[in-house]
Amino acid sequence: MDLVVSLALQILYGMANLALISLGLAIVFGMMRVINLAHGEFLMLGGYTVVVATNNGVNIWIAMLVLAPLVVGVIGVVVERLLIRWLYGRMIDTLLATWGLSLLCIGLVTSLFGASTATTISPPLGVITIGAYTSSGYEMFLIVVTALLLLAGYAALKLTPLGLVARGTMQNAEMSSALGVSTPRIYMITFGLGAAVTGLAGGLLAPITGVLPTIGAVYIAKAFITVISGGMAILTGTASASVLLGGVNGIVAFLTGPTIGEVALLVAAIVLLRLMPRGITGTFFRKGL
Amino acid sequence: MKLNRRHFIATASAAALASPAIIGRALAADGIKFVSILDQSNGLDIYGKPMVDTTRMAVDEINAAGGLLGRPIDLKVYDPQSSIQLYTQFATQAAAGDRADVVHAGITSASREAIRPTFSRFQVLYFYNVLYEGGVCDINNFCTGSTPAQTVEKLVPYTMNKWGKKVYIIAADYNYGQITAQWVQKYVRDNGGDPVATEFFPLDVTNFGPTIKKIQQARPDMVMSALVGGAHVSFYRQYAAAGMNASIPIASTTFGVGNEHKLISAEEGNGMICAYSYFEEIDNAANKAFVKRFRDRLGADAPALNELAARAYEGAYIWAEAVKQAGTAERMAVIEALRSGVHYDGPSGRVQIEPRTNHANQNVYLAELKDQSFQILETYENQPPTDTLLVCDLVKDPSQSTFKFENGLKAAGIDI
Repeated sequence: MDLVVSLALQILYGMANLALISLGLAIVFGMMRVINLAHGEFLMLGGYTVVVATNNGVNIWIAMLVLAPLVVGVIGVVVERLLIRWLYGRMIDTLLATWGLSLLCIGLVTSLFGASTATTISPPLGVITIGAYTSSGYEMFLIVVTALLLLAGYAALKLTPLGLVARGTMQNAEMSSALGVSTPRIYMITFGLGAAVTGLAGGLLAPITGVLPTIGAVYIAKAFITVISGGMAILTGTASASVLLGGVNGIVAFLTGPTIGEVALLVAAIVLLRLMPRGITGTFFRKGL
Repeated sequence: MKLNRRHFIATASAAALASPAIIGRALAADGIKFVSILDQSNGLDIYGKPMVDTTRMAVDEINAAGGLLGRPIDLKVYDPQSSIQLYTQFATQAAAGDRADVVHAGITSASREAIRPTFSRFQVLYFYNVLYEGGVCDINNFCTGSTPAQTVEKLVPYTMNKWGKKVYIIAADYNYGQITAQWVQKYVRDNGGDPVATEFFPLDVTNFGPTIKKIQQARPDMVMSALVGGAHVSFYRQYAAAGMNASIPIASTTFGVGNEHKLISAEEGNGMICAYSYFEEIDNAANKAFVKRFRDRLGADAPALNELAARAYEGAYIWAEAVKQAGTAERMAVIEALRSGVHYDGPSGRVQIEPRTNHANQNVYLAELKDQSFQILETYENQPPTDTLLVCDLVKDPSQSTFKFENGLKAAGIDI
């Protein structure tokens, strides 16, 4: 029984982890059709923000929850103004440009902080004991944060005027423009928000995974697989794909081993996209957000 | 003559392009060519960067002392960026393009096996200065790092006596991890213990949650880790975050050689036990002087020193000793000198080439991690590479160029 509960929490964490690293990408890709290959580096920059801030005496919670999204969000807006906005509708060009951006970020961070920064920030919060098993309290915290983030996203899209306009722009940019909405502004805000969410995720993951200039490469493939498997709807898609892929990965990894666990995640994604080429939300939850 | 812009640019760029070639040729006329191929970026940089630092230091020291045989050493360093493809490319470049006199290269066993045949084919002397799983039997290749019979054979009984007989093995998923896991299984069984489970991880895995649950379920007395690279450092963090480091201790065959003990906090790492042929904390005059020279050279940026960094330095010096003894940098003469028992008394103590295997007899130290530094508990002097000696005899048959453990220990006739 202890094992079941503690394993269930572990798998839930695996799902939350996928959702966390993918959400920012989903916002940018789902709403703007921009393939941001520098997504992994935005996560990395969030992590470095936390490391630099805590090394300079900032409280770790403030660094993770406030500074990381703020810094990466600002970087996101700058990138959108200087780079992305010239390339809307040119998918291949955006792909190349953001790939270049990703290499630039890795190079800059490596020359600033060295190839392996000593990140001695330990995960805050203690240990949760479930019978004979123990789990990290911080991982439980991440599950809660991910759930709150999804809820906040839902509320923002559904209940605020900005959310309404953003959804309108997403469905038909020309019509929104004709109705007086400044679509470039919406795009800028959306890209900035996507970057901020990504920065938050990177900051939150820094204490458990450590930070390296090249850590983005570890995340980027999984984030893309999750977003593509999720389909058009940003929140429902990301959440449902994370539940499915994270669940498959967690259960198979526990039963066999991590190698087969990773393989199972990829196989699940391939089968899913064969059966539902438009992702989960192309077939189910079509009214979701 | 009228100096217009186009003419000026043409002349200036021709001169700029030509000058390095002229300088290069002037140096090449009498320099001995030493090529180093080590990962300085991407996942394996935690190993490669300190190794390059110490290699440069060794070459600069030798040059400052008048070079070798009155000739300077020309050092050329390539960064294969943790990519096997770039390794083979640079190996060919070093052998065929640079016509190197010696190449010191490779960190993972996968990279070594990718480039070793190139150096055999081009007949370029090759040094591999990294601790590994043993079993290379190649007249052209000198493996100066420690092997499992030197380190793991000491580490397993020591930690089993201290912690208990049920051992859970986790290792990186490529030839080093696979074969080292078999050595650990063998030594655990030899000492009357039980290797309860063995798990392998691709180098980019960062979520170790399911494995930590499995370890909790299996309730071993200790965990033996042969994890490799930057991403795997997260295992130690997550293990500590789940409170496991307090209940089930970890021993490792790799932890610390990438300075991982500086990457995680003191509380996360305290109590781990490792065995290598070098620790920065070794207490003797030669090592203290070595550490001081290294820190003076690099200042505040100096990374911690470990077996890989120290052996890259000692490997360069062993080769230099052999060149001096041979009186030439020519390959066969240097190989013969090396195999005649050349030794170097470096920071780790005496390192001497063992002629049947082209490996090294060396001191081994066993240490416990406390507050991000290793406290040395045991010293084993002049240990021979008995694992490779089981399968390799280059004195009897010098024509060999194989990796005997390619298909695992059982295929090589070793019971595990």
